[in-house]
Amino acid sequence: MRLTGTDLTAERGGKILFSGLNFSLVSGNLLTVTGPNGAGKSTLLRIIAGLHKPIIGSIQIEEAGAVLPRAMFCHYLSEKNAMKPMLPVGENLRFWGRWLRARDYDPHQVLEAVEMAHSIHLPYGILSTGQKRRVALARLLIAWRPLWILDEPTAGLDNAACSLFTIIMKRHIYSSGMIIAATHLPLGLSATLNITLQENRI
Amino acid sequence: MDSMKEMTKAKYSWWKELVGPLQFVQLSEKILPPLYIITIIVLTVALYLAFRAPIDYQQGITVKIMFIHVPFAWLAMLCYTVMTLSAARTLFSYHLLADAALKTATPIGTVFTVLALITGSLWGKPIWGTWWEWDARLTSMFILLLIYLGIFALSRAFENEETSAAHAAAILTIIGFINIPIIKFSVDWWNTLHQSASILRRGGAAINTSILIPLLINAFAFTLVFVTFHLMAIQNEILRRCVITRQRIAARKLPETDIS
Amino acid sequence: MKELFLRDIRVAFSSGNNLVTNLMFFLAVIITTPLGIGPMSDVLSHISAGIVWIAALLTVLLGLDQLFQTDREEGSLDVMVMGTDLLALALIVFVKCLAHWAGTILPLIIASPFFALLLNMEWAAVGATVISLLLGTPAITFIGAVGAALTITLPRVGVMLSVIVLPLVIPVLIFGVSAVYTLTTGTLTPITPLLFLLALTLFFSVLGPTAAATTFKYMSE
Repeated sequence: MRLTGTDLTAERGGKILFSGLNFSLVSGNLLTVTGPNGAGKSTLLRIIAGLHKPIIGSIQIEEAGAVLPRAMFCHYLSEKNAMKPMLPVGENLRFWGRWLRARDYDPHQVLEAVEMAHSIHLPYGILSTGQKRRVALARLLIAWRPLWILDEPTAGLDNAACSLFTIIMKRHIYSSGMIIAATHLPLGLSATLNITLQENRI
Repeated sequence: MDSMKEMTKAKYSWWKELVGPLQFVQLSEKILPPLYIITIIVLTVALYLAFRAPIDYQQGITVKIMFIHVPFAWLAMLCYTVMTLSAARTLFSYHLLADAALKTATPIGTVFTVLALITGSLWGKPIWGTWWEWDARLTSMFILLLIYLGIFALSRAFENEETSAAHAAAILTIIGFINIPIIKFSVDWWNTLHQSASILRRGGAAINTSILIPLLINAFAFTLVFVTFHLMAIQNEILRRCVITRQRIAARKLPETDIS
Repeated sequence: MKELFLRDIRVAFSSGNNLVTNLMFFLAVIITTPLGIGPMSDVLSHISAGIVWIAALLTVLLGLDQLFQTDREEGSLDVMVMGTDLLALALIVFVKCLAHWAGTILPLIIASPFFALLLNMEWAAVGATVISLLLGTPAITFIGAVGAALTITLPRVGVMLSVIVLPLVIPVLIFGVSAVYTLTTGTLTPITPLLFLLALTLFFSVLGPTAAATTFKYMSE
């Protein structure tokens, strides 16, 4: 499986963020996107996830010459957690499980992987910031998607949770997944490829 | 101008260049001066004919308002049609000309609608005895004004002009266009249900040719006025976008991207 | 899609706060009108259907900004929108509209007979009002979905949303009130306006979600 970005140029709010960006990664690769705030890290991830249209350029996922529909093969986790605060944690995960058409998923099991199993019946809204992020990361484990697109995945996590997440990412990469992460914190993994976006000089 | 051209070239496919925004500006610069003269001449003739037209035996001199009221109402609708066509073009694939046409037609259409309402009201005072009557036509016209104002407000509420504002205005314009017949029908129905006693209903008798011909010439003259204003406004809007783009390019060096 | 409907309903009812606020606003509009007009019971019973309909319309308009806003703020909208084609997205919007209607407007309609008593309404008129609200208010939600989608990125959504949606829902209001009016005056059979309301709801159940989905596709920011 191969993800290629060709000649990407993106604009936001009438400003060109980056132009002529090319990259390509295959199964088992980790791509990190770094750069100062406002350089277009999130926009690049949204473009890869198909939520934002680039002015020029295209993104493609292919396997053995066949182009695959991107959305069916990726998880997108933005800085927002995509969980309803008033519903219990288990209920939130069960909803995403059905939404992602996961065949065999167990909210308890994925919560255990992020060490949050005790919270399954608690409303999501009462959790602390770090705990919320852990539950949001558990969504990635509900259904297998080869490509993870993560925007500041470790923001708000303490050291223990960070190293826990490093293990989760390692496991994903070893089982021939791909990860694209925008971050300014070290992830504890060596990146195969790094894109550094420069700040816009005005 | 060059930077604008480059941007246009890079972004949009070849056939859009045929009616590229700058070619349009050059063309309209040539067309506009003779158009001013023609418009003024036709308008003068039309208004002269309106004054010469015979007065109605029932409505007296007030029937003269019709010669401007009917063209205003007709232009309010024509302008909306122009906007809908531009909106369809914007949604089909974005083009600066279509965007500018939609954006600039909105205030012109709003003004024509307001003028139609005011002249209708002025006409209504001697005929109906009140400034405002919840007549089916006036009511639908009033709702059209609300739609115009909605589009006007929405299209100017976004910071990002090129994508968000243009598409939002286009979608709202088309939804409004689909709704107009429904609104017209419901208002007519509502009006017959609550049949009010108006002294005289408009459009009852067949119009005599001595009135019809000046009316048609007036309609044509005001259509020319609309075309002139619209061309001027589109030209202005395109140049404004051009200036903004150039300012942006001047203010910024394109960032480089490193891949390691 | 079923799970989306159930989740949205649960969210709507789990924050009972919102529900109570909506009902209070509805009641506030209904009781302010007699205070503004005067307590003449014959006048009130004549215009009562109009008052209930306008109160319902205003309540729906005020609640519309919540249709996509909460999902957008917490990020679920992105995950749901990602990679869907126009039709699938329109279906998502349709389901969200239904859930929003069931969660915010249906309780108002159920409560409206009690409020109608305050306006000295006849029983037949109360029945006609409830039926017309049931048939007509979904159309308002479906049109409102377009407005909510168009204004989703704007600050101060509420006012702009009402400004653009209000003229478009006038036919719904006209036929809704007419259904009651024809019944009480006996001029026409109320079936006609009720069928018009149903037609509007069905028509906008296709047009509204499709246009809202188109909006999301174009304004993917």
